[in-house]
Amino acid sequence: MSDAPARPRAEPQPARPRAVTRPARPRAVTEETTLTRRLLIATAIGFLALFVMLPLAAVFVEALRRGLDHYLATFSDPDTQAAIRLTLLVAAISVPLNMVFGVAAAWAIAKFEFVGKSLLTTLVDLPFSVSPVVSGLVFVLLFGAHGLLGPWLEAHDLQIVFAVPGIVLATVFVTFPFVARELIPLMQEQGTSEEEAALTLGASGFRTFLTVTLPNVKWALLYGVLLCNARAMGEFGAVSVVSGHVRGLTNTMPLHVEILYNEYDFVGAFAVASLLAGLALVTLVAKSVLEWRFGDALGQSRLH
Amino acid sequence: MSAAAPARAPWFRLRQPSALPGFCPTLGFALLYLSLIVLIPLGALVLRASGLGLDGIWQVATSPRVRAALEVSFGVSLAAAAVNSVFGLLVAWVLTRYRFPARRLLDAMVDLPFALPTAVAGISLAAIWAPNGWIGGLLAPLGIKVAFTPLGIFVALVFVGLPFVVRTVQPVLADLDRETEEASASLGATRRQTVFRVVLPSLLPAILTGFALAFGRAVGEYGSVIFIAGNLPFRSEIAPLLIVIKLEEFDYQGATVIASVMLAIAFLLLLTINLIQAWSRRRFGHV
Repeated sequence: MSDAPARPRAEPQPARPRAVTRPARPRAVTEETTLTRRLLIATAIGFLALFVMLPLAAVFVEALRRGLDHYLATFSDPDTQAAIRLTLLVAAISVPLNMVFGVAAAWAIAKFEFVGKSLLTTLVDLPFSVSPVVSGLVFVLLFGAHGLLGPWLEAHDLQIVFAVPGIVLATVFVTFPFVARELIPLMQEQGTSEEEAALTLGASGFRTFLTVTLPNVKWALLYGVLLCNARAMGEFGAVSVVSGHVRGLTNTMPLHVEILYNEYDFVGAFAVASLLAGLALVTLVAKSVLEWRFGDALGQSRLH
Repeated sequence: MSAAAPARAPWFRLRQPSALPGFCPTLGFALLYLSLIVLIPLGALVLRASGLGLDGIWQVATSPRVRAALEVSFGVSLAAAAVNSVFGLLVAWVLTRYRFPARRLLDAMVDLPFALPTAVAGISLAAIWAPNGWIGGLLAPLGIKVAFTPLGIFVALVFVGLPFVVRTVQPVLADLDRETEEASASLGATRRQTVFRVVLPSLLPAILTGFALAFGRAVGEYGSVIFIAGNLPFRSEIAPLLIVIKLEEFDYQGATVIASVMLAIAFLLLLTINLIQAWSRRRFGHV
């Protein structure tokens, strides 16, 4: 409702001098003057252009600085290809895991009333407030050579940190809340009456979930998975701590960007970065489309 | 909420009765997964830190290099969060109140810092603000160096923190009742008085929450900062980077102490945000 521009009051206006070409609409009391409004809009656009759009544009400009051939050459490097494959693998493991968790946690938290519910909800959000570097560090402290379980892992010839399992664990940690925090508020809003009706009509619990609950939350689920995936593929800090940076083996795309950059291969670094930026753009577009088309089906929590 | 209470309900129960199935398996799985992925690893950090004792923690935390890194991290993060509060409010205001071309595009772009991987943002910001970059090149003749100084850290932290303020303020601003503004105006207030005395006070909890969120994110930020910071010890070295350096030197104790200090701050911030929101619910009836 408040979206609609406030209507001007029907007050008798003193005759305006002819110099004003457009028939000026009288300013409503809840509006700023045109000058103020234009200044504010210009400042906002300027600020966003400077701090948000310029960095995005720079990625593509720098990547194509030496022409398309140089740009494409980066991707024929086997180390780059290995980094892309590892990133896809890590996302393919961690996103489904967090999706299953998100659905299970949302079912328990949103559909039932139990003691300690708000504590559990807070704990689900916890990884968001932990620094990425600390998220990586905890796994080094747990599984590293000097960690709590380090000696035991070594005795059984298992390697977690500085290997792929550590990267997956760190990624799962940092992307942990994404799906759950999309689903919980929405499913709480929707209540339990539709599921109860399905059960009364004789559907099994699982069937109720598949045919009643899931269709109700599918767009929010997709939204959460989208954000979860973007973060899983782009995570840098946490993965950097547990990866060990072995080229071709434990290097994800963001880590590969860092290595190329530190070797002064700027075109290569920005070329890999442009793929990640492309992923970010696709995510943003998909997210915006979901918000515009299915805004109501996403619930009210648009806060990340 | 779900089922009607039976005639004689016990005064305390762990779970309200419900007709829906699947409580135990889903809660059990959620708790197990939460423990394995989040609680036990964080517990390992706390255990390790408690093994050092308060004296040990204090000693490491006040050693000159660690103290300098913490000061840089907190100082610059505060500055960036403050700037984000002002400009984030402005952007949220413009996006909610005004209609202009490309508004939706601008609205979508606000989320870019969430979506763009931090390493990508880092090298890109470094390229722009370096002395030979697009903006760094304009500032260099004026004698202003941004990249590879604390100012560079500030730029990176403004980038990562912006969406937190905008996305916290925006929904509150959209829900704000226009009638209070009309009432204020009809009582003779100028537009400026209405904005500063009527609108802004009711936005204050959202702005503070956004500030705390942006600050929390900024303190922990790593990827976008290290490329532009220059990483000079005592000058432009941030706390998360020092954790990585300590780890590379196998100084697990040092890394643990810095991490625990940062974790403690994160908890304090979480508590603060909850308090702000509780206060806001009491005072304004909305978050």
